[in-house]
Amino acid sequence: MNFDDTPQEAAFRETARRWIEANAPRELHAELSKSSLGRIRLANHDIVDVGKAWQKKKFEGNWACLHWPREYGGRGATPIEKVIWQQEEGVYGKLTQPFQIGEGMCGPTVMAFGSEEAKRRYLPKLASGEEIWCQLFSEPSAGSDVAGLRTRAEKKGDNWVVNGQKIWTSGAHYSDYGLLIARTDPNVPKHKGLTMFFLDMKSPGVEVRPIKQANGMQEFNEVYFTDVVIPDSQRLGAVGDGWNVSLTTLMNERMSIGARLATGVPEMFELCSNLMLEDGPAIDDPAVRSKLASWAAKSSGLKYTSYRTISALSKGERPGPENSIGKLVSGMMLQDIATYAMDLQGAAGVLTGNDEETAQGQFQQMLLSSPSMRIAGGTDEILRNIIAERVLGLPGDIRVDKDVPYNKIPTKGR
Amino acid sequence: MNFDDTPQEAEFRATARAWISANAPKQYEEELRKSSLGRTVLKNADILQVAKAWQKKKADAGWACLHWPKEYGGRGASPIERVIWQQEEGPYGQLSRMFIIGHGMCGPTMMAFAREEHKRRYLPPLASGENVWCQLFSEPAGGSDVAGLRTRAEKDGDDWVINGQKIWTSGAHYSDYGILLTRTDPTVPKHKGLTMFFLDMKSPGVEVRPIKQASGASDFNEVYFTNVRIPDHQRLGEVGDGWNVSLTTLMNERSAIGAAVSTGFPELFEYCSSLILDDGPAIEDRAVRSKLANWAVKASGLKYTSMRAISALSKGERPGPENSIGKLVAGSMIQDVATYALDLQGAAGVVSGENAELAGRFQAMLLRAPGTRVEGGTDEIMRNIIAERVLGLPGDIRVDKDVPFNKIPTKGRN
Amino acid sequence: MNFDFSDDQKQLRDQARKFLAEKCPPKAVRVVLDGKTPYDKELWKGLAEMGFLGVAIPEEFGGAGAGHLELCVIAEEMGRANAPVPFSSTVYLAAEALLIAGSDAQKKKWLPAIASGEAIGTLALFEGKGNPSPKNVKLTAANGVLNGVKKPVADGAIADFAVVAARTGSSGRDSDISLFLVELRAGGVEVKSLTNLDPTRGQAEIAFKDCKAEPLGAAGEGWSILTQVLDRAAVLCAFEQVGGADRALEMGRDYALDRIAFGRPIGSFQAVKHMLADMYVSATLARSNSYYGAWALSTNAAELPEAAAAARISATQAFQHCAKNNIQVHGGMGFTWEFDCHIYYRRANAMALGLGSLSYWEDQLIDRMRKKNAA
Ligand SMILES: Cc1cc2nc3c(=O)[nH]c(=O)nc-3n(C[C@H](O)[C@H](O)[C@H](O)COP(=O)(O)OP(=O)(O)OC[C@H]3O[C@@H](n4cnc5c(N)ncnc54)[C@H](O)[C@@H]3O)c2cc1C
Ligand SMILES: Cc1cc2nc3c(=O)[nH]c(=O)nc-3n(C[C@H](O)[C@H](O)[C@H](O)COP(=O)(O)OP(=O)(O)OC[C@H]3O[C@@H](n4cnc5c(N)ncnc54)[C@H](O)[C@@H]3O)c2cc1C
Ligand SMILES: Cc1cc2nc3c(=O)[nH]c(=O)nc-3n(C[C@H](O)[C@H](O)[C@H](O)COP(=O)(O)OP(=O)(O)OC[C@H]3O[C@@H](n4cnc5c(N)ncnc54)[C@H](O)[C@@H]3O)c2cc1C
Repeated sequence: MNFDDTPQEAAFRETARRWIEANAPRELHAELSKSSLGRIRLANHDIVDVGKAWQKKKFEGNWACLHWPREYGGRGATPIEKVIWQQEEGVYGKLTQPFQIGEGMCGPTVMAFGSEEAKRRYLPKLASGEEIWCQLFSEPSAGSDVAGLRTRAEKKGDNWVVNGQKIWTSGAHYSDYGLLIARTDPNVPKHKGLTMFFLDMKSPGVEVRPIKQANGMQEFNEVYFTDVVIPDSQRLGAVGDGWNVSLTTLMNERMSIGARLATGVPEMFELCSNLMLEDGPAIDDPAVRSKLASWAAKSSGLKYTSYRTISALSKGERPGPENSIGKLVSGMMLQDIATYAMDLQGAAGVLTGNDEETAQGQFQQMLLSSPSMRIAGGTDEILRNIIAERVLGLPGDIRVDKDVPYNKIPTKGR
Repeated sequence: MNFDDTPQEAEFRATARAWISANAPKQYEEELRKSSLGRTVLKNADILQVAKAWQKKKADAGWACLHWPKEYGGRGASPIERVIWQQEEGPYGQLSRMFIIGHGMCGPTMMAFAREEHKRRYLPPLASGENVWCQLFSEPAGGSDVAGLRTRAEKDGDDWVINGQKIWTSGAHYSDYGILLTRTDPTVPKHKGLTMFFLDMKSPGVEVRPIKQASGASDFNEVYFTNVRIPDHQRLGEVGDGWNVSLTTLMNERSAIGAAVSTGFPELFEYCSSLILDDGPAIEDRAVRSKLANWAVKASGLKYTSMRAISALSKGERPGPENSIGKLVAGSMIQDVATYALDLQGAAGVVSGENAELAGRFQAMLLRAPGTRVEGGTDEIMRNIIAERVLGLPGDIRVDKDVPFNKIPTKGRN
Repeated sequence: MNFDFSDDQKQLRDQARKFLAEKCPPKAVRVVLDGKTPYDKELWKGLAEMGFLGVAIPEEFGGAGAGHLELCVIAEEMGRANAPVPFSSTVYLAAEALLIAGSDAQKKKWLPAIASGEAIGTLALFEGKGNPSPKNVKLTAANGVLNGVKKPVADGAIADFAVVAARTGSSGRDSDISLFLVELRAGGVEVKSLTNLDPTRGQAEIAFKDCKAEPLGAAGEGWSILTQVLDRAAVLCAFEQVGGADRALEMGRDYALDRIAFGRPIGSFQAVKHMLADMYVSATLARSNSYYGAWALSTNAAELPEAAAAARISATQAFQHCAKNNIQVHGGMGFTWEFDCHIYYRRANAMALGLGSLSYWEDQLIDRMRKKNAA
């Protein structure tokens, strides 16, 4: 048990710090510090543009996708080095938002299942931010129940022809490639007839329609496929093995979402440290302290849980489902924190402009965005099922749909 | 919408008040006032004897089981008169605890299903406390799943012969009679093969063994039946209709328990009003106030919910499953309240018993509270009932419903 | 005792529900949500014609003279429908302040105009962050002239007049505060709309510069009048919140019955069932507390301050809880602009702050219980 850097780690940290100091876009520092969940908006820049520029710079300095092998655009770094990098990158890490799905989910899936040629062609550009990737899993009738998806892929010669619809695809509107799971055989039980592909989002027949979110922003999309042709060489894994392939992605999704999870605690602590209530500083008020203390304990619990995972990783063990607790805990916590921050602001808490009284509307945006944390990448309820079943070994739900041919399962809904 | 007494109600209240002040056992008032969930003890008297004496006195003057018809030992009073009585009876109401099961559940079941002669014979001494009754439903393998019970009743001439075991039977050790749910046909689906009886607890073959509770006290028992004979005229309802009969009991159980639920709030408010913390009176501490306020509105919410139910009752409507919320809310609340009271006591909070703060009132509450969340339907079963019977959501998927009882897989306590 | 609304009142509720279902469907709410108009003028007119705006205003001032119980019934329906009109500012705050403290002339001038839908009123109390407190009132009044800035003022941009809390003394006591009535279309008033969480109900900043105002109630009585107004509004808002909570619960329930995942309705999973059961529990507790508040309000009982605070806390929590978990039950759909879940989520969180925060009311409740116990 040792929390301090080893001499090698300290040297690595020093190198990283110096490089960041010399290269980071400092003009954005203040704005990035003020941004939190749902509120990475830069006054004079497009987040995708500045994000791409920073990513490119990192790539050139060998600081992108650190833990990936060098031949695919990474640095071949250890898990601990990656954490050190993230600590040092600090607020500039927020610029990586558009790349997280690609780096965290699509990349690892291509790495595990793509041909050598595909890996060399696509991964370095993914790492450098030149090409952005999205994840095309969810459908109107298949969210939690991903394996219930309906998008069809049919073999025609050396190609597959795809028809159907995906939904909630984050970043599809600015993505170059996508990881797509489709049904290739509807006559077998639902988990068995799936196959994974990747495709060029500019292929003919792909249509992206943005969806306006509850928080007013437009970050996710519907994606329609009409006779979209995908060469068989872009298949990932065996035909019919898509469910297994997707579990790799989803396991990695949990890991990558888990790693840079927003909890709202640092923002809240800062607010309470500055805010004056009627009887004095908020931070001196026993009611405020009691809440802050419980949140602080949760957030440090999460942090050290992720350190434990990293320690396990660096001994060569795989990230397990224990990681599910990160999003489960922080999703609800963010929502509670935002609500309480507004409560402390009193009547003015309702305002969402750039007001000084409301800390620039930071918590108001957090409140409006936080419901998505409890849904995206596995709802709270699904995560609890995962913990109960895969960590604690409890039996699964009684299933009415598991061994039934897919086209015999009752459907209804959207 | 009117909270005030009508002239008739005011007159009833005055009569009740006058009678109570002339007849109540005032020497115990102080001790009864200080008792709360998990701790009703009298230092120098046997509580059972004191309670029986008070109940008898009430019965003689027509104040027992107020809402029952006169011919069965009641007063034929309205639901509102009953509430007025309970308000006036105040701390002496604590003395009715051991009769709750008999008055709240067994009596109403007898009233609905027993023959006229039995009603006249058994109900008046039940009302007057001369006879105490218990409820023999739960079994090691049938708790939430009451319909999974195994105690067998077999017809032998005009009698039934009972063999099996009940568990968690509150008050069996001082009860004279019990209502008993048994399996009379194991070859039909589980809800269909049940039959209800009542029996004399002194019948040969009945053996009562007290169980020590988590709180250290022994209020409930295991009851063993070995070739116990019950005459057929003590059957309640049809053979095979025991599930329906038991629902009557359980519905009444909810309203009986619902009306009498303790939340722990008055005790905590009183405690905080006098407690001095390091920085001054507890009640002036904002953290304490915030907690108190949250519990206060739950306690008042429950109180007014039951008032609404009583208003409905007095218009001739039946108590609905909405009443399930009482126990559900109060059960976890009293547990939280007790935990917080100990927290306020600091390290001294771990001391329990007579030497502890307030003679261990909150310690006793903490230890008894888990029972509230289990008895008469666990929190989870209550949520199911609300979801299914109030909100109309679908029932759980059942693996045992249409299967003959003797074909259902079993495992667990034996 | 009879702890329920009367048959007539229930009939009024049915009438209001039907009216709002017809005149205020989600489509109408969205017109305001999308910023196409600051409030639904047609609906406002309709509410006046139905007699809902003046339901608690005495007949001699142009109202229906029914009473506060009837107003509670209507408030609940306004909350269910998330009605995008300045109902709470005008009816719970401005009209109640006039009823409590207005001179005969003031009542004659404004109450009939409120009842007929011609005048929109509001209360200008807050000055930036913080809760109701005499200390937080900095705007000054001297010789009937106001100077200072109020923010946020609910419906301030569309209001014709405002009841303004002003500082008229500096003794550090409640009696430093007096109330004034200001016509907002007159000189010396500058109004600016502010963006806020709930676009279906506007917020504004109002600057008063040497603005002429007439006193409302006696000088130095401002804070005690305000306290009464806020208590009344707390009960009335609680009914709106209960209506909103119930609607959110219903939306969640309906969706859980309809949506199929894993070959079965999601409402058959205990995680979803129990979430909905818990929503039902909090909505029920809030409803019961609000009924008690309604009784106290309608009889002006000594219990009102305590009952109002309890109703306020309970209803605020229930609405926030139901609105938030309604989104959760809806999954991804719940996070779209297109589904109505976020409308209730926004309203729930905005209403939680409007009369002062939850923490403020928690503090008030315990204070009031303590005072009662001491008495
Ligand atoms: C902001 C955001 C970004 C997203 N980005 C992407 C993306 O880039 N790519 C992509 O493919 N998807 C994306 N998603 C989709 C996301 O993964 C799904 O929304 C999520 O899996 C839930 O599916 P659903 O919306 O169909 O809800 P449903 O599955 O219909 O769930 C509705 C409710 O039922 C509950 N429920 C369902 N099944 C069970 C069960 N078995 N037991 C208990 N409760 C259950 C859920 O917990 C939820 O409360 C995104 C979603 C959001 C909100
Ligand atoms: C103080 C006390 C007094 C009692 N007095 C009496 C009495 O006088 N007479 C009498 O007959 N009984 C009595 N009981 C028994 C009581 O009714 C049962 O304990 C209760 O019904 C739960 O049954 P169980 O103990 O078998 O637990 P189980 O049914 O085994 O439950 C164990 C856990 O599983 C959960 N669970 C079970 N089924 C489901 C489901 N379908 N969905 C979700 N969760 C589920 C439960 O909620 C619980 O958390 C008493 C119990 C207590 C604690
Ligand atoms: C109105 C009502 C109130 C209840 N209140 C409580 C309570 O307060 N506390 C508690 O612990 N439990 C209560 N229960 C029982 C509680 O629902 C069960 O403990 C739990 O849900 C699991 O029960 P189950 O599987 O045995 O039966 P359930 O699934 O609840 O219901 C039994 C099913 O069997 C069928 N059925 C009903 N009667 C008969 C019959 N005579 N013959 C054949 N089939 C029949 C019906 O189709 C019914 O849907 C109540 C049940 C009902 C119906």
